[in-house]
Amino acid sequence: MQIPYTVEARPDTGVNNAKLGVWLFLASEIMLFGGLFSAYIFLRVGSPEWPGDILGHTYTSASEILNVPLAFVNTIVLIASSVTIVLSWAALAMGNFKKYRIYMGLTVLAGFGFLIIKAIEYSDKFSHGYLPAENNFLGIYFVMTGLHALHVIGGMIVNGYFLGPGAKMWKSDPKRFMSRIEVAGLYWHFVDLVWIFLFPTIYLI
Amino acid sequence: MSDHDHDGHAHHQESFVRKYIFSTDHKVIGIQYGLTSLLFLLIGFSLMMLMRWQLAFPGEALPLIGSLFSDSTMPDGVMQPEFYNQLGAMHGTIMVFLGIVPLAVGAFGNYIVPLQIGAPDMAFPKLNMASYWVFFVGGLIMLSSFWLPAGAAKAGWTSYPPLADIETTGQTMWLFGMIFLITSSLLGAVNFLTTIIQLRAPGMTLWRMPFFVWAQLVTSFLLLLAFPPLEAAGVLQLFDRLVGTSFFLPSGLVVSGELLDVAGGGSPLLWQHLFWFLAHPEVYVLILPAMGIVAEIVANNTRKPLWGYRVMVYSVIFLGFMSFIVWAHHMFITGMGTALSGFFQITTMIISIPSVIILSALFLSLWGASLRFTTPMLFALAFLPMFGLGGLTGLPLGLAPTDIPLHDTMYVIGHFHYVVAPGTILALFAGIYYWYPKATGRMLNEPLGKIHFWGSAISMNFIFFPMLIQGLAGVSRRLYDGGASYEFAQDVIHYNETMSIAAWVLGLFQLPFIFNFFWSIWKGKKVENDNPWDATTLEWTATTSPPLGHGNFETAPTVYRGPYEYSVPGHDTDFYPQDQP
Repeated sequence: MQIPYTVEARPDTGVNNAKLGVWLFLASEIMLFGGLFSAYIFLRVGSPEWPGDILGHTYTSASEILNVPLAFVNTIVLIASSVTIVLSWAALAMGNFKKYRIYMGLTVLAGFGFLIIKAIEYSDKFSHGYLPAENNFLGIYFVMTGLHALHVIGGMIVNGYFLGPGAKMWKSDPKRFMSRIEVAGLYWHFVDLVWIFLFPTIYLI
Repeated sequence: MSDHDHDGHAHHQESFVRKYIFSTDHKVIGIQYGLTSLLFLLIGFSLMMLMRWQLAFPGEALPLIGSLFSDSTMPDGVMQPEFYNQLGAMHGTIMVFLGIVPLAVGAFGNYIVPLQIGAPDMAFPKLNMASYWVFFVGGLIMLSSFWLPAGAAKAGWTSYPPLADIETTGQTMWLFGMIFLITSSLLGAVNFLTTIIQLRAPGMTLWRMPFFVWAQLVTSFLLLLAFPPLEAAGVLQLFDRLVGTSFFLPSGLVVSGELLDVAGGGSPLLWQHLFWFLAHPEVYVLILPAMGIVAEIVANNTRKPLWGYRVMVYSVIFLGFMSFIVWAHHMFITGMGTALSGFFQITTMIISIPSVIILSALFLSLWGASLRFTTPMLFALAFLPMFGLGGLTGLPLGLAPTDIPLHDTMYVIGHFHYVVAPGTILALFAGIYYWYPKATGRMLNEPLGKIHFWGSAISMNFIFFPMLIQGLAGVSRRLYDGGASYEFAQDVIHYNETMSIAAWVLGLFQLPFIFNFFWSIWKGKKVENDNPWDATTLEWTATTSPPLGHGNFETAPTVYRGPYEYSVPGHDTDFYPQDQP
């Protein structure tokens, strides 16, 4: 039993199964984060002040609480990783497996960098007693960035697999392997894109 | 894909576990979904049969089985209010998320869709297996919550905060269970969509797909896009319960005479919006596959093409889109303002149009036909007026002025049960009787099927019609004593006994079905050929009944014609299968 169009594209739809599947999955992910963004707007519109009272101090802008420069650095890190994962795919397209390893390695490394910076931000909040239960701004901040961080971790696991044990497929079925890297790349771009929306929404405006 | 099985035969050696438990074959997974969800339907129905005792005979000890329950639920057989609330919340949850959706989509979708489009399997077989097992774990979590010290969730299947936020641990289990069920649905939806779009056999253009496949396609889109916001809402409610945030808790909330110690500033309405953004499309997830099944059976038993197949397809697509912008008609009494109410009233009236078109097309398909009154056809025929009644009783609920007095009354319960019980569930039974020979190679027993049909269809009406009457009299849907302590309800509470007896009779009439279902596996009449209903669609004509093992088709089918070419003039039989040139 052979399932058709696992690697080559179906002529009338122009895509293979995996690519269509990941696009559909991303559509549902958009609805997931869309739900949370809607919740953010709903809570914000309903509050007299935003971010509001935290531990007896009234804040009127998120940048007084959150570390904007760190988050900016994180934005750069993620965008850079989106570039490296494209380069890793391009390296495969040119048949250069060594280069692929370097760029995919950089992508995973950038994921770690992002998480480390995020951890610094979180621990700074926690150490000052800025916990999610204190205020709805902090609550939604932790939920949204936390869920995004989980998506980063998920992507790193996938990318790490294709860097390590999954890379064996390059020898046995290079076309399928390339398709997998492309799909992983689409997901990684999405994770990047979510952050690009999260950063201004939560930190800046 | 190993080399030795490319001929499509089931001859490769698979261990029992790989073949029947952790199988990646869509047919086995479909049967797994089917058996599990039928079991859940029975469990969910049993919860309701218990509740109906309390409603008919409030405060009286349940005879015979009452002593089997623990002291915290039914001491001396008398149902406690807390237990009643658990039964109510879990009845809704189990019936919707663990019974009907997995049966309509997981079982029928999985088993039939790949066969009908001529595909060797689903596009992602492993994902398909994962989807079933994630669903299974979610179901176990839901059921196990009954054994928590304070019992299962009690805040209704809608889990409205603030109540749900301050509920006992059963609610946390409910949320975890839901996250599993949502994940399972998402995996399934991606798989169905990819399968239908990518794996259609040569010649199976979109306009040659059976209506059932169209219905499943739209259903999968709804699952894909409507469920994630509920997942987001579930995560927020989990944070409220476990971390102490106040997303759904307003400032100054007083519980049991004491100010709740939370930051406040949240909004219970936020939950309602996120919940109904899922749960309204969910209503169409419940009904569209049922319409698909009925369309298949009506075409087959009228021996005519469906009347207005294309219009039906356009309608089902339009329904899918519209179902995303009607959710707040569940929220007219929240005070969201006349402008918003106006918008949602208009969209709600608009969405009734495609439903009416589909129903009318199915009715018109009967015109001038010499009907074959087979058991599946009886169920399908009963679906038409029953769903019609469900739909019509919904109109007053879609308009704010009439919804406000009816909101949260038994009328609402009567309305949506007409849609899902004598509507969807009868259609699902129709599907079981129709496709059973496909899965087993044997027919279900017809006389037993007819007993099952008449008993179910009649008793269901005795359960649900009095609900409409009680609701119009103003009886609330959430009364532990069924209205006995309310002056205004005295004229209509005698219906409670009628309804309860009808519910138990309905339970009795499921016994012939359960017996038939298992007995026919071994003793049922063997099908004389692979196409016992003389059908045109691929699942009957291009493959054997029951189908081969992993792989479905001996040779990949090619499709030459539309799905319902019955009684084609000049053709030697009254059906012209899709794969015949």
